[in-house]
Amino acid sequence: MFFPTSHAWTHDETLAEHLERRGVSRRDFLKFCGQISVMLGLSEALTPRVVEALQSVRRPSVVWLQLQECTGCVESVLRSADPTIGDLVLDLVSLDYQHTLMAAAGDAAEAALQASMEENYGEYILLVTGSVPLEEDGIYLTIGGRTGLEILEEAAAGAAAVIGIGACAHFGSVQAARPNPTGAVGIAEIVRDKPVVTIAGCPPIADVVTATVVHYLTFGRLPDTDGEGRPLFAYGARIHDQCPRRAHFDAGQYVERFDDEGARRGWCLYRVGCKGPATFSPCPILQWNDHTDWPIGAGHPCLGCTERFFWDTMTPFYGRLPNVAGFGVERTADTIGAALAVGSAAGVAAHAIATGVSRARERRKGAPLPVVPNPGTGPAPGTPDSGKEGSDG
Amino acid sequence: MARVVVDPITRIEGHLRIEVMEEQGRITDAWASSTQFRGIETILEGRDPRDAWAFTQRICGVCTVVHALASCRAVEDALGIFVPPAGGLIRNLVHGMQTVQDHVIHFYHLHALDWVDVVSALSADPSATSNLARSISPWPNNSATYFAEVQNRVQRFVESGQLGIFTNGYWGHPAYNLPPEANLMAVAHYLEALDWQRDVIRVHTIFGGKNPHPNFLVGGMASAINLEDTGTINAESFTKIQGMIQRARRFVEEVYWPDLQAIASFYPEWASIGGGVTNYMSVGEYPDNGQWRDADSMYFPSGVIFDRNLSEVLPYDHQQVAEYITSSWYEYEGGDDVSLHPWEGETTPRYTGPQPPWQYLQDFDKYTWMKAPRYQDRPMEVGPLARALVAYASGHTDVQDLVNDTLGRLGVGPEALFSTLGRTAARGVETVLLARKLQDWFDALIGRIRAGDTTTFNGDFWEPDTWPESARGYGFLEAARGSLGHWVQIENGAIRHYQCVVPSTWNCSPRDASGANGPYEAALMDNHPLVDPARPIEILRTIHSFDPCMACGVHVLDSEGKEVIRVRVQ
Repeated sequence: MFFPTSHAWTHDETLAEHLERRGVSRRDFLKFCGQISVMLGLSEALTPRVVEALQSVRRPSVVWLQLQECTGCVESVLRSADPTIGDLVLDLVSLDYQHTLMAAAGDAAEAALQASMEENYGEYILLVTGSVPLEEDGIYLTIGGRTGLEILEEAAAGAAAVIGIGACAHFGSVQAARPNPTGAVGIAEIVRDKPVVTIAGCPPIADVVTATVVHYLTFGRLPDTDGEGRPLFAYGARIHDQCPRRAHFDAGQYVERFDDEGARRGWCLYRVGCKGPATFSPCPILQWNDHTDWPIGAGHPCLGCTERFFWDTMTPFYGRLPNVAGFGVERTADTIGAALAVGSAAGVAAHAIATGVSRARERRKGAPLPVVPNPGTGPAPGTPDSGKEGSDG
Repeated sequence: MARVVVDPITRIEGHLRIEVMEEQGRITDAWASSTQFRGIETILEGRDPRDAWAFTQRICGVCTVVHALASCRAVEDALGIFVPPAGGLIRNLVHGMQTVQDHVIHFYHLHALDWVDVVSALSADPSATSNLARSISPWPNNSATYFAEVQNRVQRFVESGQLGIFTNGYWGHPAYNLPPEANLMAVAHYLEALDWQRDVIRVHTIFGGKNPHPNFLVGGMASAINLEDTGTINAESFTKIQGMIQRARRFVEEVYWPDLQAIASFYPEWASIGGGVTNYMSVGEYPDNGQWRDADSMYFPSGVIFDRNLSEVLPYDHQQVAEYITSSWYEYEGGDDVSLHPWEGETTPRYTGPQPPWQYLQDFDKYTWMKAPRYQDRPMEVGPLARALVAYASGHTDVQDLVNDTLGRLGVGPEALFSTLGRTAARGVETVLLARKLQDWFDALIGRIRAGDTTTFNGDFWEPDTWPESARGYGFLEAARGSLGHWVQIENGAIRHYQCVVPSTWNCSPRDASGANGPYEAALMDNHPLVDPARPIEILRTIHSFDPCMACGVHVLDSEGKEVIRVRVQ
C-alpha cells in the first residue's frame, strides 16, 4: 500500500504537510516522487518539479461519468496498487460522483454531481468511462431520464481536464464494432472544445490512469499524446519492441498450436494470432495487477485492445498479422534489430497518422471488414497492415 | 399515494431505474427499468466463433469471467470439444475465485452502506469495538488502537468538508440499526476488503494475463504448464496461487462471514421483507472433475423449485426457457404476447418510451430494455439464494449444515430465507463453501501435474476445416449473480446466431404477457416498507440484495443476420 494512512487530507494542508503528519518521512515522499517521474518518463532532473507540485496541491474534485460501458474499467482502477483505490478516494482526490462506489442514489446522487460541478466550475477533473450512443437521439443510454450525450456535454463544459478511460471512451469499443447498432462513439467526438486524453485499453492498466492524474496535478496540464490522444509516457512504444518473448520471434521460435512444445517453453505467439506487432501499449513494462503478469506472459496472444477499432481491425483474434518485418528464421537478429531501430521512430508518427486517423474514418464511413472464418493459415484480411508502420521503415 | 423514482440506482453494475408507488409507508407497485442498450449479440453475427468469448466477456467487466466461460462452453458444445481435466480445473479456480471476490466486494462496497452508517462510526468507542471484533473473530486487526486509527481517518475525512463518495448518503436515517461500534468495525473492514480484493484476484492474472477481462480459449486455457521453464505456469505461479487461496479463505471466514452474521442479527425484520417471486432455479456449476458436461459432478446442483416447495426439486431443462417482450422495447413477428426459446429468439429493438428528458416510465406499457425470461411460463429468481435453496432441498450436506447453523444462530426458521436478508445471507453461505472448494480444485490440479498430466488445451477441433457445416451449442453456468446461458449457432465457420439469457435478465425482468412481475419488482411489493420517499434506503437494500448487473441483462441478437432495424423515437 502506498502511504499507509490513518489521517485524511484536510482542506488547508499541503500534501507534504499531510504526509508528515501521517508519519511519512521526507525520504519516502521523495522516493514516491521519483517513482512517479519514472512512470511518466521524465528525466531525473524534473523530479524536483514533481516534488514541488505535489507539495502544494490540495485534494482536487473529480467527477467520474459512467456511460455506455461494462464497468470493467472501474474494476481495473479498483485494482490499482500504487496508490490504492482507498488512498485515491480518501486522500489524493475528492471523488464527488462515481456510481459504483458512491453511497447516495437517485436524486441525492444527482444533487452531489450538480453541487460538485457548480462549486468547482472550471477546476474539476472529469473522468469518463463508456461511450456515447448517438443513434435515435441517444435513447440507448439514459441516467435519471437524461441522455448520456446531454450529461457528458454538461459535465465537460465545466471541467478543467477531461480524461477518457478505456476502449469505450476511446472509440466505442465492442458496442461500436460493426455494425455498431447504437451509433456508439468515443468521447473525443463529443468533447471538441478542449483536449481529451485517452487511457486506451479494454480495460486499461490502473497505474496509467493514476499517473495521468498526477501528471495533471504536477504540471498543470495533461500529458503529451499521440494522434489517438494516448499519453506518450504509456503508449509510446509497441508491445512487439518491448516483449520478453521477442528473442523467440527473432530466432524463429513460435508457438504453432496452444499447449504445444513451444507454448510450454514460452515462445513467441505471433503465429497463433498475437497482435503485439501492431499494438502500442505499456503492458509488457507495467504488467497487470501489481506487476503479477500480463496477457502474453500468461500464454495468450495480445488482442490489440489499446488500438482503435480493434474489434474489427484485429479480428479474427487467432489470425496472423500480415507483413510483420523480420518474420522468418532466415533473418538474423542483427538485421532485424537494425531495421527496427530505424523503423520505430518513424513508426510512432506513422502509427498516429495512418492508423489513428485515416483508417478510423474509413471504418466509420462504412464498409464492414471481411471476417475470415478460417484464419489458421495465412494472413487475415480483417487485420491492419500495421507491421509496415513499425518495422518496415 | 406517491410516485417515487430512484435513478440512478448506484452501487451496482450498470444503469438501473426503479419506480414505485408508495402508500402510507409501504410500496404497492414497482417498475424496474434498464436504461442502457448496446446490442452485442448483433455484433457477433458473422464472426469467428473462437473469438466470441472475448466479445461476450465485454458484456460485463464486473462478472468478468462468466460470459467468456459460457461462450467457450457453448462453442465447445457445438463443435464436440472436450476440455482436458487440468484445463477444466484451472477454469474452476478462475471462476471460483471470481465468485468469491465478487461476493465480498458486493457485500462491503456495494451493499454494506445500506446497513452501515459511516457517520455513526465516529461516535464509537474503539475499545468496545475491539471487544466486539474479538468476540466474533480471531482476525488479527482487532485492537483498540487499530480501530481508533480508522476512526481518526474517517473523522479527518469528514472534517475536511470534502465527503467524496460519501456525499449525500442517507446518514442518520432511522432505518440504520447498528450500534456505533458495529458501524466502525464494518467501516474498517470496508477499507481492508479494498486491499484484499486486488490481491486474491491475481489468480486471473497468472492464468489469464490480467484482471479484469482475463483471456480464455475455446478448448481449454492458453496458460501452458511447465515446471522447468521461466515463461510458463511453474512452481512460482503455484506458490503464489496457493497463497491467494489461503488469504481468500481466511478473509472470508474471519472477516466477511462473521461481519455478515453480526450485521444481520441487528436487522431481523428484513428476514420477512422482500421475498418476491416464489420460484427458484439453478443450472448447476463447478464440475469437480473439470468436465462441465457431467451434470452429476457439479458442486452446486441444478434444479427448479416452484412455490417455495423445498420438498420437491424438479430437473432443469433448458428447453423450458422462453422470453417475453411484452413490456420491453422490442417487437416480435408473432406479436407482444408470445414467448420464444433462445434458439428461435428474435430481437428487433423498438423504442416506444418518452423522449428524454422524461419524468416517469410507468405510464407506458413498455418501459425497459430487459426482456422477460420465464421457465415453464413462470418468473424465476436466480442467484446465490436460488442455488442455496436448490442445494438445500437436494440434500447437499455442506449447504444444509451451514444454512441450518446460520438459521439457528439468528433464531429463525427456513422461511426466513425467502427475503432480502435471506438473499444476502445465502451469498455468504456460498462464499464460505466456495472459498474452501478452491483448495480442493487446487489440490486436484497439483495431483494431476504430479501424475504427469499438464495438458490444458484440446486442439483436435481447433481448425475450422474440422468443423461441421452447421452446428449449434448451449453453454451454461452459475455466475455470481445466477444462471447464465449462451446459445450459439455456427454455419460455414462463422457465427450465425447468438443469444444469451443472463442472471440479471431473469431477476430484473419486467411484466410478462400475463402481467406477472419479475423478481425485483415482486420483491419490492412483498411486505416492503418505504418510510421516507426522499431517502429510499429500503429500496436500495432489497435491490442490492440481488446484486444487479445491468450491462449483463440487456442484449440483442438478430436471428436471421439482418442489420438491426433502426429504432424510431415516437
